[in-house]
Amino acid sequence: MKARDDGSEVNAPARTAISARQLTRKFGAKTAVDHIDLDIPSGRIYGFLGPNGSGKSTTLRMLCGMLLPSEGHAEVFGLSVVDDAEAIRRRLGYMPQKFSLWEDLTTDENLRFIADLYGLDGDVAGRIAQQRQTYDLEQLRNQRAGTMSGGQKQRLALAAATLHSPELLLLDEPTSAVDPQSRRDFWERLFQLAERGATILVSTHYMDEAERCHGLAILAEGRLVAEGSPRDLMNAVDADVYEIEGADGSEAPRLIRELPWVHGVTQLGIRLRVLADRRQGGAGDALRALLASHGIGARIEPTHASLEDVFVVATGREKRNGR
Amino acid sequence: MVARLRASFRRLRAVAVKEIRQLSRDRVTFGMIVGVPLMQMLLFGFAINFDVRDIATVVQDQANTSMSREFLAQLRATQVIKVRYITGSSAELDRLMREGRASMAVVIPHDFERRLQSQTRPVVQILVDGSQPSLSGVAGGIAQMPMLARHGEGPYAGGKRMAPRRIEIRTLYNPEKRTAVQIVPALIGVILSMTMVLFTSGAIVRERERGNLELLIATPLGRLELMVGKLLPYVGIGLIQTTLILVVGSALFTVPVVGSLLHLYGATLMFIAASLGLGLFVSTLAQTQFQAFQLAFVTMLPSILLSGFMFPFEGMPEVAQWIAQVLPLTHFNVMIRGIMLRGADLPEVWPQLAKLGVFIVVMLAIAVARFKKRLD
Repeated sequence: MKARDDGSEVNAPARTAISARQLTRKFGAKTAVDHIDLDIPSGRIYGFLGPNGSGKSTTLRMLCGMLLPSEGHAEVFGLSVVDDAEAIRRRLGYMPQKFSLWEDLTTDENLRFIADLYGLDGDVAGRIAQQRQTYDLEQLRNQRAGTMSGGQKQRLALAAATLHSPELLLLDEPTSAVDPQSRRDFWERLFQLAERGATILVSTHYMDEAERCHGLAILAEGRLVAEGSPRDLMNAVDADVYEIEGADGSEAPRLIRELPWVHGVTQLGIRLRVLADRRQGGAGDALRALLASHGIGARIEPTHASLEDVFVVATGREKRNGR
Repeated sequence: MVARLRASFRRLRAVAVKEIRQLSRDRVTFGMIVGVPLMQMLLFGFAINFDVRDIATVVQDQANTSMSREFLAQLRATQVIKVRYITGSSAELDRLMREGRASMAVVIPHDFERRLQSQTRPVVQILVDGSQPSLSGVAGGIAQMPMLARHGEGPYAGGKRMAPRRIEIRTLYNPEKRTAVQIVPALIGVILSMTMVLFTSGAIVRERERGNLELLIATPLGRLELMVGKLLPYVGIGLIQTTLILVVGSALFTVPVVGSLLHLYGATLMFIAASLGLGLFVSTLAQTQFQAFQLAFVTMLPSILLSGFMFPFEGMPEVAQWIAQVLPLTHFNVMIRGIMLRGADLPEVWPQLAKLGVFIVVMLAIAVARFKKRLD
């Protein structure tokens, strides 16, 4: 399945920030990223959704020139990530998955150091003050990073990554060590940055975060398995979704899972959510008949696909692992 | 061009300032800068001393005459031995030696006086614990004491003749001043190679281990800027340590600096650069600080053992001498002894300078080539 974002929603700028062709990275015998094609427009928030080990981080690292591609090539702002890595670095902000500023330095010292590395000129102190303001770091300016909470560290990391006003921001699972409120605030800030014209590439394994992206690429085992806007992906999902009520605590999940045309069954409180292959017509009736034959009287309703359903169908993981 | 150089210098300075700041907050490392030289100075200056004193000794005085007692009193007066046990039985003497409670035994035979007169038979038997290498030499010296009679003029007559001999022994075993004078210059090299290699390799690997390097790689910071910026503070620390050693050496052990201080610091700077190069190389091999520590230790041991600091260079097998030629400490020891003690100047030790120079260039070249600005 490959639902391409045709740019029908939102005002899509025509410029391409990142393009990759057959981008591949191998570590020994293992292929971490497997022939990926990407075209990421500028000024948007673009998400990489995938489980751990699906190649999100490796792709981000290749895009900022930290890792060399084994095959294929990628361009950022039309510059090669292999030959022009230094030129790209000046226009790019990168936030690694792990907090990578210096824990024994304070907020101001960390920001000052980053400012020097990027050669910020003019009113450096003013620019740092501005970042402190934006990222709510005023109270923490003389506090060492090592003593900060996950949310505070993350704000500091984002302040450092955006200090030199980069055109492109690469964020590797930025909210993994952060509480829900901080996550919401963080995404507010990402939208503000995108509004000002920055292109943001963010990897995540949270569905709700992926759903907020303008465009999305779903990765599984190094391959790009689906791409498009979250809404297009949900509309185009190759499955019918049913919710079954009143079958909890029974053997229903096991029975349904055994059906060859079922992609997956998820229990949500008292409800079961069933993903059925679209080619199987009348899946609802078939489910009803199956449960009735086992004496389970349950209500079965068709419903809309969620991003998680898209993810399950695209990765085909749940079915195979028989979870 | 000028603008690029200025930007480059700014990044380099930023790295150096950051390093100093982190260092000043790292109490353990900061303590080591001063603690290691002080501890080593005191250890080598006082404890590890060729002037061995107070060796635990067991005495079996079979003669038990006034003359034998006087002999023992004189032996005690040298302070080389400390009589811990006096025994009448050979079996107990054996046991005390075997159990390590006594490292030396003095056996005075019952015909002590007759033996002194005869000049042909050994007068006193001294047993030494051979498992303690430093003691055998000492005992050899003591053993000469009663032999005074052999080369004395005429037969041994009385206690009076022993007096000059006692003084002779004390000078033999009290080379305190000479030991410190030899050791302090060499300690500069030993301490610098310990701390410099350890600090720099640790400092660079730490950035990798804590994930800072991943962020640094994504910035415009060049690898040469990063390396030089990180090393510069340690040059300063090396000079501080050198000064500390010189001051303490002069105050505690009155070790002189015969040659020019300027040349001394010049030679030391070269050696610091060589040690930092080695540390940099180690940092490109290690993935964790622990590995870096182990590797630094691996480079340290041959330096200390083969550089002529502990054992005379000339007595080593040829292979060891070849290895020693590769070690910067070997050449630095020659230079620093020359400058500090014999008043040599830098041009006179140019072969050593040249060898250090080659070492620095090779190490930096390998380190820069190995230190990629990528993760793979």
